[in-house]
Amino acid sequence: MKYPVTTFRQLYYTCKEQRKQIFEVALENEVDKGDYSEYQVRLQAAKSLNAMKEAIQEGLKSTELSPSRMSGDDCDKLQRRYANTRSILGSTAEKIMIYALATSEQNLRMGTIVACPTAGSCGIVPSVLIAYAEENKIREDDEINALITAGEVGRIVSNKMALAGAVGGCQAECGVASAMAAAALTQMRGGTVKQVINAAALALKNILGLTCDPVCGLVEIPCVKRNPFLAIHAVTASELAMADIMSKIPPDEIVDAMEQTGQLMSPLLKESSKGGLATTKTALALEKNILK
Amino acid sequence: MNQSSIIDIISPIMAGPSSSHTAGAVRLGLLVRNIYNAKPDKITFKLYNSYASTGKGHGTDKGLLAGFLGFSVCDKRIKTVFDTPEAKELNYEFEYLQDFNRHPNAVDFVIEGGLNMLISGNSVGAGEIEITNINKFSVNLNGKYNTLLLVYEDMPGVISAVTAVIQKDNVNIASLHCDRSGKGKDASMCICLDGELSRDCFKEISELKDMYIVRYIKKLES
Repeated sequence: MKYPVTTFRQLYYTCKEQRKQIFEVALENEVDKGDYSEYQVRLQAAKSLNAMKEAIQEGLKSTELSPSRMSGDDCDKLQRRYANTRSILGSTAEKIMIYALATSEQNLRMGTIVACPTAGSCGIVPSVLIAYAEENKIREDDEINALITAGEVGRIVSNKMALAGAVGGCQAECGVASAMAAAALTQMRGGTVKQVINAAALALKNILGLTCDPVCGLVEIPCVKRNPFLAIHAVTASELAMADIMSKIPPDEIVDAMEQTGQLMSPLLKESSKGGLATTKTALALEKNILK
Repeated sequence: MNQSSIIDIISPIMAGPSSSHTAGAVRLGLLVRNIYNAKPDKITFKLYNSYASTGKGHGTDKGLLAGFLGFSVCDKRIKTVFDTPEAKELNYEFEYLQDFNRHPNAVDFVIEGGLNMLISGNSVGAGEIEITNINKFSVNLNGKYNTLLLVYEDMPGVISAVTAVIQKDNVNIASLHCDRSGKGKDASMCICLDGELSRDCFKEISELKDMYIVRYIKKLES
């Protein structure tokens, strides 16, 4: 491969011309850039996958509250509900929501998680990927391929804008995580290259404008609950993509729109905790009561 | 264009809750540990702006200390670092300040000991960091490259003498950043390398004339 892949359009045509899957082209591209070997990328993916699974298992068992005492027991509540009640979405979706909360709460306890792409959005990719893999007996190699596919989606977006709430709002963190999860899921379901990229595009398009207004400046409210929400959001994107419902706006143009939206977003709503939820009456009262 | 890697997107494996405020803090501490490279009598961590106002909730103080003690970003001891034997042997304190001329996640490391050092850095997002100043010299360190840091007397020929030694190892120079306090006074050089510098070359550079500080700062694990 002579020219590095920097856009979704290039990724799609490279896969199509060479009759390859996204993770194959992504790995070749990493090797061509010269910083890492294919083995190094696969090894990191395997390590990250393993750490994601451990974080879920730790999170499932714990009800320890965060240092602020504002959260930490929601995963337990959801597990107890699904112990004897069915959701309307089916058992895989139940597991996804539980795993997303488990990971995200583990993050608040200063537990070990994988920033994927960021710590605040750490529950989205693992919950979708691992819950689906468990329920459908997906081989570990294919889980790793799905994680690399997710990584490629995040990488292409990050070439245009920083994946940080302070730069682009939450659309750049949980929004991108959801697009990554949608791609990983669609890959594991045997979607075509077109369907995988379209799943990411649909997820990203639907989350444009999401702000980052954390209460008390902590990665906690609304971040923890946003993880299960955006995990299911990724599932919706994958469902639509598998039915060949196409995003009318191509993914690269969605990324451009996201970057522009991030620039237009007031700094008060970009991780500064000076607007939105962070300055509500209740948030300001909480700020007085919790540790600073 | 410097493209990111998939590895940046699906890592690091880290102690939560924040890549900028926890993992970034640990990595700043680790890099400063490598720069100082000795046991200090005392270290003061000065946290600015967002680091100061939300640092306790994010474990930024724990992260900075853990990094300086050599703990990695995923070390399970970060959460309880204040109770570790390593921390109890160190004389440290924290200060919390607001200064809007500084980066939102800025920190100063004031280190006292055989050599006094003031090292300033920022956590720039997603766990990425930068060290911007050492003892008032501007530097450009991000932990991604093995870096040779030199402080020496400003005079002609030093850059070529140093790079000639590096050439013996056949190591490519990724970037070179120089600064000085004034003509003929102290100068600094910050050389990022694509490979490893041998001990012999390091020794040879250390023995060049009028070198005050010579440090080989290893890159951080991702």
